Formats: sequence, structure tokens, C-alpha cells
Amino acid sequence: MDLEFWDSNIELINREKLDLLQLDRLKKTLINVYENVPFYKKRLDECGVNPYKFSNFDELEKIPFTTKEDLRINYPFNMFARPLNQIVRIHSSSGTTGNPTVVAYTKSDIDVWGDIIARQLFSLGLRSGDAVQNSYGYGLFTGGLGLHYGIEALGAIAIPVSGGNTERQIKIMQDFKPAAICCTPSYALYIAEVGKEMGIDFNNLQLKVGVFGAEPWTDQIRMEIEQRLNIDAYDIYGLSEVMGPGVACECTFKNGLHIAEDHFIPEIIDPSTLKRVERGKIGELVFTTITKEGMPVIRYRTKDLTNLNYDTCQCGRTHARMAKTIGRSDDMLIIRGVNVFPSQIEEVLMKVKEIEPHYLIVVDKRNYLDYIEVWIEVSEDIFSEKMNALEAFESSIEHKLYSAIGINIGVKLKEPKTIKRSEGKAKRVVDMRKGEKP
Amino acid sequence: MPIKQLTVFLENKLGRLAEVARILKNENINLQGFSTTEARDYGILRIVVSDPDKAREALKKAGFTTHIADVICVGVEDKPGELLQILDTLTEKKINIDYIYVIAGTRVVLSVPDIEEAEKILGEKGLRICF
Repeated sequence: MDLEFWDSNIELINREKLDLLQLDRLKKTLINVYENVPFYKKRLDECGVNPYKFSNFDELEKIPFTTKEDLRINYPFNMFARPLNQIVRIHSSSGTTGNPTVVAYTKSDIDVWGDIIARQLFSLGLRSGDAVQNSYGYGLFTGGLGLHYGIEALGAIAIPVSGGNTERQIKIMQDFKPAAICCTPSYALYIAEVGKEMGIDFNNLQLKVGVFGAEPWTDQIRMEIEQRLNIDAYDIYGLSEVMGPGVACECTFKNGLHIAEDHFIPEIIDPSTLKRVERGKIGELVFTTITKEGMPVIRYRTKDLTNLNYDTCQCGRTHARMAKTIGRSDDMLIIRGVNVFPSQIEEVLMKVKEIEPHYLIVVDKRNYLDYIEVWIEVSEDIFSEKMNALEAFESSIEHKLYSAIGINIGVKLKEPKTIKRSEGKAKRVVDMRKGEKP
Repeated sequence: MPIKQLTVFLENKLGRLAEVARILKNENINLQGFSTTEARDYGILRIVVSDPDKAREALKKAGFTTHIADVICVGVEDKPGELLQILDTLTEKKINIDYIYVIAGTRVVLSVPDIEEAEKILGEKGLRICF
């Protein structure tokens, strides 16, 4: 198959040219924040980096990281690098744990964002004439509007259905015949489940591509979604502080997410020492935006854990690829001193074909000790009239979890449909040690 | 001929058994007998009803996980020694019982690995197999 490109000059650019482009854009960004954001002027002065004399990437490492806390302290508008009369859009996080974080875009930022997503959708085979059902939530969350502008920039047809009302989503899928759907992977599974109950055969729909993001998901979940919806499922990555969805996205080879390196410089650091790790090693992803005008961020700590691959992809694109995130450094559970990522548990569960892709990890204290268990629903594939068959099933899962992760994780069987389905970001972990309730 | 037993997965939560009983009543299905087995957080409910397929459909619709299995039903009289007669017959042939319970109309329901064989043995002994 001949591959086509949205912008081959940028997508196939060689590393030396990309380095020069990045350096030039980085310098302009540093000057922008130095002149316009008091927070960054102070930071740069303190670490002794003169943006006007900035000449190599090593100097970037001298600049301290920007954190979510920094954005909160500067709530609402103090991180903006442009006067309000040049800002055309604001997005914001929910702010469940304190001040929300606010991000701002100029007209140019919105155009760049749309172009990046258009190029990603194009790489997945979508073209003008294709309808894209956008089931990300529209609103302050960047998912809905981010994808929406990308779909329009591609020249495709945006169906701005937003999240929720799943039966209507399925009706739209049947009637408008979209070629693609965008939503969270957990919502895709929920749509599949509801569709099955409605007696829909997804093989008869036109849907061929799913663009899923906003939460970490494993390859096992990818396979479930692909089988149930009869589509190719691709991972799109982003965070509002850096831009929103589209910071990185898979191509049809599904072998890492291409970071839009013409707009973002990635680094991987060790979250404990805060030093850059060796190339290819896993660590926390850090981004510096190099084209954003409204609210650039310098060395923003994403908390997402991944590694980078700088080899040219089979598709020919040269931009670095990040592996599917294995989780967030703050999602990591510490159970009796052992680090456990929810994604490790998901991987074990989803290899067992009788287990439905709806599960909940519950952490609590029992007799002063950490206790972790996973709730799964009893389907008819598991159930028989024999109690010992159920008990054997439970202990086989417990054994698999123990061999993969090295700690005892209890299995609790639940009645069908009792684990909450998600229409947005799934909540897979309940930490009762923090007062959360299942 | 074996009868059909319906099994239902129940979480150990207030009102779940009542919910099953309510669904059966609303469907006008007669509950002839039942037994429960409990683990820590859940139990399984085994029931014998007038219309197992209809009951299963109704329970599935309400979100319960169900299973249908064949079991042996033996009619007994309400007098000393009736159970022992069944047990001795099976023990003599080295047939182990997985579970056993009593249902209305003085009948005993039991499950063994080979139902056909056990029914034959019980029948030859003059026990009354119900269906």
C-alpha cells in the first residue's frame, strides 16, 4: 500500500533539519515567555538562561520544570503569554483537587491544533467525505472541541454528538454511517455492550476507525474493542496543559504514538532524581511547547510514564514515538511497599477471555495492612451450578495476578452490570485509604 | 429422566434473594424448592421451578447470571429411613453426591457426576424418580 501524507515535508523531515527547526522555535518560545509571563521571567533569570542567547538543547535541562501546581498558583490567567484581546479560547480542567488549571489559545494556536489532528486523522486513512462521530465531551474539557476542529481542518464531516446518550450514539452510527468514532476507550466498550443488547451487528456498520484517548489503555483492551466494534482502534494522546488531544497519535502500524515534534519537544526524566534518563528507558514524559503563543509551557511534567523511540517508523515518519503510557506516576499504587500500576492488573485480566472488560480495583487497609482486590463481573461463561468451579476460577485469577505482579490481589465476583460503566474517563481504581468509595 | 435446576449467582447483599423471589412471583412461576451455598462475598442459589426456561429469561432480563443444569429428583415418603435408602444405594456403587436438598412434595434433588447412571441404579432399587 502506498502511504500518503498530509504534510510530507514535516512528517518525513530528517533529524538534523528537525533539530534546527525545534531549536529555532524553542528560542522564540523562550523569548515569548521571558517577555510576557512574569513567572517564566523569574524562572529563567534564576537559572541563568538568557533566551536571547539560547543556542543548544543542553541548556534546556537547566530550566526548572513546570508543574500543575505552578499553573494552579497562577490561576486563572497569569500564565498567559498574550494579552486577552488575542486569546480566542479557554479550556480548563475540572479542578477536583484544588484550583482548576486554565489554558488559553490564540487564533493561530487553534489553527495549529486543528492541523496537527487533521494530519493524524489523515494518517489513519480518513479523508474528506468521511464522517467522524465525535463522542468526546464538548465543553471545558479539550477532548470534544480539540477533535472537532481537527476533523473540520481535515475537511471531513464532524458529527458533534458529544458523550452520553448511548442509544442515540448507536442510531447515529447506523444512520449517518460515520467512518470513525472518537471517544475514551472505556466508552467505546460501553457502546459495544449497549449495541449488543440492542441487537446491533457492528460488522454491518461503515465504522472502520476508532480514535481513543484521555485515559491509559492496554493492548488487550485494544483487541477487545477491535473485535467488538469491528474496527481498527488507535491511541491518541494529549493533555490540556500542553495543547489537548493530538500531542501524539498512533499511525496505522500501531507501534507507538508519533509525537508532533514540530510543535512539542519531549523529554523523559526519572521522576525521583528529575534527571533525563538514557534514551529508550521508561520515565516521566516532559513537554515543552514550541509553537504555542497563548500559553506556552516549558518542561511541563505530564506525570505520564512511557519511553521514546527515535527510529524511523515503518510508515516513514521520523517524529519520535512514545510507547502507550503505562500509567501515571500518581496513579501508581503502593501496596505493602510494592509499586503496582493498574495497567499491569488490566493486562492480566484481559488475557482471560471469560472476563468482561469492566473491572474495578479496590484498595483498602485491613488490620493496618494494605489490601488490594479486583472486582469482576460473573458472566455466564464463568458461572455454573458448582460452587467449586467458581472458587477455582477465582483462585486461578488470583494466581495469575500473583505470578505477574508479585503481590496477593484478591478477586471478588460481582453480579453483572454492577460495576459502573463510564461515558467519559473510566474510574478503574478506588482507593479507600484516601476515603474514596466504590 | 432428570429435571432442570436453575442456578443464580447472588452477591451477599441485602435483598438479592428477595429480588429473585419477587421476579418469580411476578411471572407467576412456582418455586418448588431451593438451596443456597455461600462463600465469603457471594452465594449461589439453586432452585427448582415450574417453568425453568421462563424463569431464566426473566432473571436474565433483570441482570442476573444464571445457569441451567440437570439434576435427579427422587420422590420419598415422610418417614424414617427414606434418605438413607438413597444414600446407601449410591454409596454401594461408589457414587459421590455433589450436593443434595429437599423440595416440596417430599422430593429429594441431588447432583452426581453421571446422572443417567445414577438414575438407572436408583430406579432398579425401586426408588421413584420424578420428572
